[in-house]
Amino acid sequence: MGEKTLTRADLSDAVHQNVGLSRTESADLVKSILDHITTSLVDGETVKLSSFGTFMVRSKGGRIGRNPKTGEEVPITPRRVLVFRPSHVLKDVINDGAGGSRGE
Amino acid sequence: MIKSELIQKISEENPHLYQRDVERIINTVFGEIGGALARGDRVELRGFGAFSVKERPARTGRNPRTGEPVFVNAKRVPFFKTGKELRERLNDNGDDD
Repeated sequence: MGEKTLTRADLSDAVHQNVGLSRTESADLVKSILDHITTSLVDGETVKLSSFGTFMVRSKGGRIGRNPKTGEEVPITPRRVLVFRPSHVLKDVINDGAGGSRGE
Repeated sequence: MIKSELIQKISEENPHLYQRDVERIINTVFGEIGGALARGDRVELRGFGAFSVKERPARTGRNPRTGEPVFVNAKRVPFFKTGKELRERLNDNGDDD
């Protein structure tokens, strides 16, 4: 397993290298992509990115939780959570190793 | 929203870019995330969330219809944890805490 952590900067750098835009513009575009996805999700929309996966918002009902340390009961209010469902393509890429070229 | 709509929105905001370039930018971003996960790396996008890979050990499953045991190989599955800022924005109705 690798141990590296990629960040927004690495994504911007990839855009800069692959598409040839300036670093500043590449960084702005990465931000813009994530902002658009965020806005859709906050509006309650599902975001489906083919060959990557689907982000969807689910509403969870309230329930009584418990502080595992103290055993104390704590009410958990209804809330919205984000769920990511990876596409088959992404699952395959991850299990076939880097690159995702199949049939080898 | 699907990918083509995202491409559309970004293209409208960036009239100086060809739509095919916007498509390439978006594919680069998500291809890069997938590639990192394939190498076993993590991807941490501040304010949005973090992608990582979880190892699922081999197990003996069961065909739910026939009850027959089925061997399931070990596998790696992508995992996403919502970032704090996004989690809060999803629940921005005042009733916090």
